[in-house]
Amino acid sequence: MSGERYRNSFLREVEHNVEEGHWVKMCMQCGVCSGSCPFGPHWAHPPQELFMMIRAGKREEVLGSDAMWMCTSCYNCVVRCPRKLPITHIMHGLANYAHRLGLAPKNQPTRQFAKMFWDNLSKTGRVNELKLSLGLYFKDGFKQGIRNALAMKDIGLGMLKAKRLNPLELVKPHACKGAKDIHAILAKAKEIEDRRKGLSA
Amino acid sequence: MAGSVATSQTILVVGGGIAGMTAALEAAECGKEVVLIEKSPTLGGRTTLLYRYFPKMCHPICGLEINLRRLKGNRRVRVLTLAEPVAVSGTRGDYTAQIRLAPRYVNDNCTACGECARAVTAEIPNPFDYNLGRIKAAYLPHAMAYPQRYVLDPSIIGSEDADRAKAACRYGAVDLDMKEETVELKVGAVVWATGWQPYDAARIQPYGYGRLRNVVTSVEFERLADPRGPTGGRILRPSDGREAKNVAFIQCAGSRDENHLRHCSRVCCMASLKQTQYVHEAWGEEARSTVYYIDIRAIDRFEDFYRRVQADPTVSFVKSKVARIEEDRASGDVILHGVDTEGYHRYAARHDLAVLAIGMEPALRAVEVPPDLPFDASGFIEAGAGGMFGAGCAAAPLDVNRAVQSATAAALRAIQVVNKTADVETI
Repeated sequence: MSGERYRNSFLREVEHNVEEGHWVKMCMQCGVCSGSCPFGPHWAHPPQELFMMIRAGKREEVLGSDAMWMCTSCYNCVVRCPRKLPITHIMHGLANYAHRLGLAPKNQPTRQFAKMFWDNLSKTGRVNELKLSLGLYFKDGFKQGIRNALAMKDIGLGMLKAKRLNPLELVKPHACKGAKDIHAILAKAKEIEDRRKGLSA
Repeated sequence: MAGSVATSQTILVVGGGIAGMTAALEAAECGKEVVLIEKSPTLGGRTTLLYRYFPKMCHPICGLEINLRRLKGNRRVRVLTLAEPVAVSGTRGDYTAQIRLAPRYVNDNCTACGECARAVTAEIPNPFDYNLGRIKAAYLPHAMAYPQRYVLDPSIIGSEDADRAKAACRYGAVDLDMKEETVELKVGAVVWATGWQPYDAARIQPYGYGRLRNVVTSVEFERLADPRGPTGGRILRPSDGREAKNVAFIQCAGSRDENHLRHCSRVCCMASLKQTQYVHEAWGEEARSTVYYIDIRAIDRFEDFYRRVQADPTVSFVKSKVARIEEDRASGDVILHGVDTEGYHRYAARHDLAVLAIGMEPALRAVEVPPDLPFDASGFIEAGAGGMFGAGCAAAPLDVNRAVQSATAAALRAIQVVNKTADVETI
């Protein structure tokens, strides 16, 4: 079963495939979520508008939008929504779905970081903080990376002194004992999720 | 006092607002014996605290006067004020009600001359102005009060003020030895016309009621517009007494909200539309009213009224539930923040005064009642199989007109119950 099947009705597609997507139809367009969002002015489309766009079948605009990636999970909208929609969860659900379909905006920083974090974590079962931060420093090129690293050098040296940072992690990262098991678990979880969301593996 | 008047063919009506008065009168005019109990010192309820009615913009005292005339001309209704039910037990056709009577400290010698009020120095917040203004602790609730008798506030009992009131009364009407008493009534049917209360606005945290000086509720706004109210009918804002010409009305304040009241209170849209006309009337072309709404629910023939208000150049509408209100400290102005649904524009709108169209919640509190009185999820009384019925806003959020219809229906059901009881007794 593929998402294609539902393309003529984007709302139904969202209901089936997006985490908490079945709540979207409950929105009564009051606007409290958008007005309560601390990041509100910086979104292309506030949640209320995204929900209306979903109902209007604007598939490309919604899934290609960077709006839901701006959510910081403060939950202000969730506690204030008069219809108790889990708006934060829907935002993350939409972002995840767009990402899985390959429609998410490529250079969206939240997405870049989330992807980096996940790849880092799933490799060994542990977050390698050194690699993660270096990855972040250098994501916009080598020059900018050096600049970032120099700006942070005092903190880095301090951490080194306090034994909170081990440079050897760069060459020989330490892993979970059962890294293989973790891979198996994650693969299985992905398989189940794909089946539920109607995505081919 | 009243212990002997009731039998199982008597109908007890709890609550003396517009619905309770109507239910009592309808039943009494059909020849039934009725006991009407009211917890405040006067009949009339929240209706008397309204400035005008929608859609005709007429004054509530008119309808109240008609009802009071009916009441005075009918010997079958026994009115007990300052009376509250404590517990009701029994079954259809045979209920026993415990009624607690609070002391009024004024007996029926009172001629409402007002000498006691002049003698007393202590003042209390006026409950008949939603505590906006202050009155003497010996007071007549309002001009249309029934019974037309003064009341002494319990807070001055035992003080010199009470003695001054007693000394001032030339008719021997002040009786400081009155005690609270509980009486028992046998009745066949009960009509609960216990009405509504405004939802506690302070619980809607982002609107700042209680914290921000120029945020008031719609019921308070009625008092501000009423010539008998605390400002003498001038629409002045609480912070500095300045004229409030630019007024925001915020719909669904507490209603249609899972965090507050789940139900739609139904009257608030019409109430706000009506109140925009108060603003227009007060300030003419200088008036500015803005209604912030999710959707306007002007039911059936009220659509005409809505159209009229839409055509009013002093009134504008913004389709948006306001997200939060902040105060400009220097001026006391309120600044409303939100995003509108028609274009998703972010606004920060400045107004002199914000009026919260506050939701209605049922006022029936901790009274022990038999299980044959069912309630819905919002606490309104539903139709049951017993001999007890909800009337007016105890049964659903209603405007005055529909509350009266509901009360008439409840009176008919109560009459059916006591008629059956009468049949059984004659067999």
